[in-house]
Amino acid sequence: MHLGAAASEQQQQQPARDCEYSQISTRSSTPMREESAARDKRGGSRRKWQAFPGRNKFYCDGRIMMARQTGVFYLTLFLIVVTSGLFFTFDCPYLASSLTPAVPVIGGVLFLFVLGSLLRTSFSDPGVLPRATPDEAADLERQIDMANGTSSGGYRPPPRTKEVIINGQTVKLKYCFTCKIFRPPRASHCSLCDNCVERFDHHCPWVGNCVGKRNYRFFYMFILSLSFLTVFIFSFVITHVILSEYLPLRTLRPPPASHAGSVSATPHLVVVCFFSVWSIVGLSGFHTYLISSNQTTNEDIKGSWSSKRGKDNFNPYSYGNIFTNCCAALCGPLPPSLIDRRGFVQPDTPQAAPPTNGITMYGSTQSQSHMCDQDQCIQSTKFVLQAAATPLLQTSLGEPCAPSRGPPWGPGPGPHPPTSNPNLSGDAEPPPRQEGAPAHHHHFLTPEEAPSPPGMLPCAGPLSHSHTLPFYSPASQDSLHEDSVRGLVKLSSV
Amino acid sequence: MAETHSLQDLRQQAAIAAKVFIQRDYTNGTVCQFQTKFPSELETRIDKQQFEETVRTLNNLYAEAEKLGGQSYLEGCLACLTAYTIFLCIETHYEKVLKKIAKYIQEQNDKIYAPRGLLLTDPIERGLRVVEITIFEDRSTGSGR
Repeated sequence: MHLGAAASEQQQQQPARDCEYSQISTRSSTPMREESAARDKRGGSRRKWQAFPGRNKFYCDGRIMMARQTGVFYLTLFLIVVTSGLFFTFDCPYLASSLTPAVPVIGGVLFLFVLGSLLRTSFSDPGVLPRATPDEAADLERQIDMANGTSSGGYRPPPRTKEVIINGQTVKLKYCFTCKIFRPPRASHCSLCDNCVERFDHHCPWVGNCVGKRNYRFFYMFILSLSFLTVFIFSFVITHVILSEYLPLRTLRPPPASHAGSVSATPHLVVVCFFSVWSIVGLSGFHTYLISSNQTTNEDIKGSWSSKRGKDNFNPYSYGNIFTNCCAALCGPLPPSLIDRRGFVQPDTPQAAPPTNGITMYGSTQSQSHMCDQDQCIQSTKFVLQAAATPLLQTSLGEPCAPSRGPPWGPGPGPHPPTSNPNLSGDAEPPPRQEGAPAHHHHFLTPEEAPSPPGMLPCAGPLSHSHTLPFYSPASQDSLHEDSVRGLVKLSSV
Repeated sequence: MAETHSLQDLRQQAAIAAKVFIQRDYTNGTVCQFQTKFPSELETRIDKQQFEETVRTLNNLYAEAEKLGGQSYLEGCLACLTAYTIFLCIETHYEKVLKKIAKYIQEQNDKIYAPRGLLLTDPIERGLRVVEITIFEDRSTGSGR
């Protein structure tokens, strides 16, 4: 009955097609409004954000997207609002009357700009790459197996990388075991949000989101305007103190209430501003340098393009001059969101299946694509290895974040084997909280692996302290790390 | 419901013979471009020129979307001045081009690909990573239904 309805609907769409492929619907699935009738028939009205595999929070029916930990974001918001509020209530009336009314006006505009760009940074999609559909993943697996079959017959599978030449510079693309894709150049997997993010800069807990291709310009405008705001407030608070200390008689009409209040508010403002000025101004200086050389924080910390790595090492993404780099980063075309958060999940498409789970992944790829027997054999061997290793590894790692993995709307009653866990799947960037596992402990704390701090470290300020840890895995060590994880999987399955 | 699903899967299995994925071409940086190499799986279905023409047109459209120039700078500066609130009301240039691309793919499917048992999928539905070409089984050789 259901099938019949769907088929007749498709026939109606293309009544004129009389060739032998008449069942092919060329409709794109993007215009979802057209689909609503069909959707009602199927009874499913789940939007894609509800089935999103990453660790994100969504508000307003998917319009707002943030990381799961948002506590520090509210602290940022609180600090900005309270500090500016104190300034506007206690300092501005005095300054407006004794200096110029432009002070509160400029302050107000700056404050609104800061808030606007902060909210824009926090609430937008940083440029998350959707995970591969089962068919695409199966196709990649096949390609990888083909490449490995010819190149090596060794015991360990070689690390999954692919080399591409970008503007004359060789760049290694790493395979992401969680997203089942070769990460595009400049993309990186955020271990906190469990997503691959395009042009990944860093995960910023202060804005409660990753900073990537789509929100970097908002982030930069946020820190730039925030540094202007803090300098502005700091200087006018100092001005207020000086004016009220040394020129009390010349002020015509010091409002007593505000003056009394400023006594208590001003020290707070001076302290907050003094500390934030250095870190914020430093950070925006650092990001100005990054923008003008078209680098990301990630690349700068890893030293991907530094000349220390080799004489002919250069940044292939730079446009060659500072001006074009700045324009491209700040005023270039704004790329679209790739995850279509508010689109509807289509129950009959493979992408609707929960792709976080490696085991169902393999199952579904086998049922949906026609692979040759040899490939299937390799696939199933992998599957057995993975299945055997999963419980062992899970117990040994303690799996601290297992409860938070499964989305509350998780489809189906079956347990979720945590194969999506970056550690288990050999991801290059394990979440810092899982350092307890021996392999990772070793990986993070070996002294020669920790790179010397970047030259601009003081500028990084508190904004980057708490999240630089995942980057301390230089590119050269990644394949080694992947190998060690893979070895662990093998050992525990024997 | 579960039964219907498996039936649908079966139907899909019977119809879809294979899928070909045209990967991204990164030689000119991270601009969205696709490889124009002709996949051997399509040899029996479509000629090389026609396929290359499609991919080249797509590449040109994406290049237009990501072009740096006066218009994009103007848009960016205007957005910046309004603290990026303007994007709540207007459509970006990129989105306009994406609509054009969706229309182009639909048109190509209708005219060229569907009659040959092929189907292009809009890259935006695959995260701009691949152009997915679904090859449907020939009815005469496929399992009769």
